[in-house]
Amino acid sequence: MSQQSAQELSGPGDATDLQSTGTTPPAIETMALTRRFGSLTAVNSMNLTVPTGSIFGLLGPNGAGKSTTIKVLTTLLPPSSGTARVAGLDIIKQPRAVRSHLGYIPQAVSAEGVLTGYENMQIFAKLYGVHHSVRKERIDEALNLLSLSEFAQTQVKKYSGGMTRRLEIAIALVHRPPLLVLDEPTVGLDPTARRAIWERLHALRDQNNMTILITTHQMGEAEGLCDQVAIMNRGEIAALGPIPELKAALGPDATLDDVFIAHTGSTIEEGGFADAARTRRTSMRRE
Amino acid sequence: MQPELAVPACGGNKTDSFADFFRVVFAIIEGEIRKLLHDPLEMLARVVQPAVWLLVFAPVFSSLRQIPTGGIRYQDFIAPGILAQGVLLLSVVYGINVLFERDMGLLQKYLASPASRGALVLGKALSAGVRNAPQVLVIYALAAIISAKVRWNPLAILAVLLLVILGSALFCSLSLVVACLVKNRERFMSINQALTVPLFFASSALYPVALMPTWLRRLTYLNPLSYLVDGLRSAMLSQARSAYGLKVDFAVQVCGLAVLVLLAARLYPRVEY
Ligand SMILES: Nc1ncnc2c1ncn2[C@@H]1O[C@H](COP(=O)(O)OP(=O)(O)OP(=O)(O)O)[C@@H](O)[C@H]1O
Ligand SMILES: [Mg+2]
Repeated sequence: MSQQSAQELSGPGDATDLQSTGTTPPAIETMALTRRFGSLTAVNSMNLTVPTGSIFGLLGPNGAGKSTTIKVLTTLLPPSSGTARVAGLDIIKQPRAVRSHLGYIPQAVSAEGVLTGYENMQIFAKLYGVHHSVRKERIDEALNLLSLSEFAQTQVKKYSGGMTRRLEIAIALVHRPPLLVLDEPTVGLDPTARRAIWERLHALRDQNNMTILITTHQMGEAEGLCDQVAIMNRGEIAALGPIPELKAALGPDATLDDVFIAHTGSTIEEGGFADAARTRRTSMRRE
Repeated sequence: MQPELAVPACGGNKTDSFADFFRVVFAIIEGEIRKLLHDPLEMLARVVQPAVWLLVFAPVFSSLRQIPTGGIRYQDFIAPGILAQGVLLLSVVYGINVLFERDMGLLQKYLASPASRGALVLGKALSAGVRNAPQVLVIYALAAIISAKVRWNPLAILAVLLLVILGSALFCSLSLVVACLVKNRERFMSINQALTVPLFFASSALYPVALMPTWLRRLTYLNPLSYLVDGLRSAMLSQARSAYGLKVDFAVQVCGLAVLVLLAARLYPRVEY
């Protein structure tokens, strides 16, 4: 993402802001970002900077506020106070520009099971305003990138969990966003499928300089995937930095699990299917 | 693959955003049609219901007592009423989809896209219309079977089709509004029932307004379904005469739809809160 296109997106006022600083804005920057649900503070005055071109992990136990942070950054939820910028675009003042700028993959399954992979992609290509002259090409490109070309005409309900997740990533790439936001990208997937997703995400970062923000509560995923992590606990950032540094700060033999326990006071549940089913459905956890 | 933006997200002139708006509306409708094509069994359910009503109940009702329908045979009289009933019942449950879509992650994906909320809602509403459109065919086929006195004029049939699509969209957006307000499936179902029954009975779907007590008759003026039934009946039956005028019937559907879509578009993103 170049500074120039960020300027195209923002209003005239913001363009001069960007010019005066003279540098490319970070992919994500939160300023005292806070989100409350009634008396519960799900995200508490968060200050976070995600550098462009990195894979950044938000770690934390269930209920730490990871999904809420992501929903605020993707403009699905308005912040209660504070704000954030995505590539220099304000999430409150320029929500539509922010939306065009990112691809989002929610924690729950987000594809129409009755439709084919291609039909799913087509709907979102249109919602994102991908011009019809390049639409087919972009869809094929994204499907190919996620090794789904031969299943394009198969109904999504016949896909495996890993294929569904890959399709969701393909959908999120159809408008070629510079930022990809994934909520628990591999929860419920077997190790092979998980590794396949990691490979794709690495390739996207390396070859296209994309910024990727993921949430996870699996230490293995953070280690295998992320350049930097922020460990969240009860809505606050308890620790922040590259994983080796976080480990080193704790001692020579510290594992990421140790780091996690030290900062959150809890162990990570690495559960089986029941856990996966539950966590992929936290959005159903409403009164 | 080079990261680049497909949309000049905020900018664009008036005609661009107009085109964007309708591109989204049609993308949503197209998706719904494709879903239907993958699942034709759903169509069948929509055929059975009006058939049962018309072929079984109508003769029973009409033999029970004499209902003054202005010289129209009772079976003929309720044929458009049954069409309107189908439109109401099938559209008014449609809003629950938004709650299912939220509990999956689809709603979040829609809302995280730059698509206009109004366009998303109007797309959903008109999809309900498209889904109900085949009922027009069913009712005309049934009407032919019971040899009802039908206006076979193509313009009249077109008017019926348009009214069905508009009416479905109207009740679908009403149902979206309810879903966005209650946010929960159980409450949605109970509120929906509390809403459907008065809408249905404070209309001339099954019996003429003239038979109603005065207070109920007054209510029919506030009920968009009355105008839908009136429009459908006068367009479909050669002996029927419109009480409000076909133009008024159309205007009520269009204005009601516009108001409800605007309201639903405001509420739609809040389902997630
Ligand atoms: N719509 C909502 N209404 C009320 N409370 C909510 C809502 N969404 C989230 N919460 C609460 O906010 C807190 C943070 O939730 P969030 O979903 O962000 O956690 P998370 O870190 O993503 O957890 P998980 O690992 O289970 O996905 C939780 O206590 C949750 O119950
Ligand atoms: Mg979560």
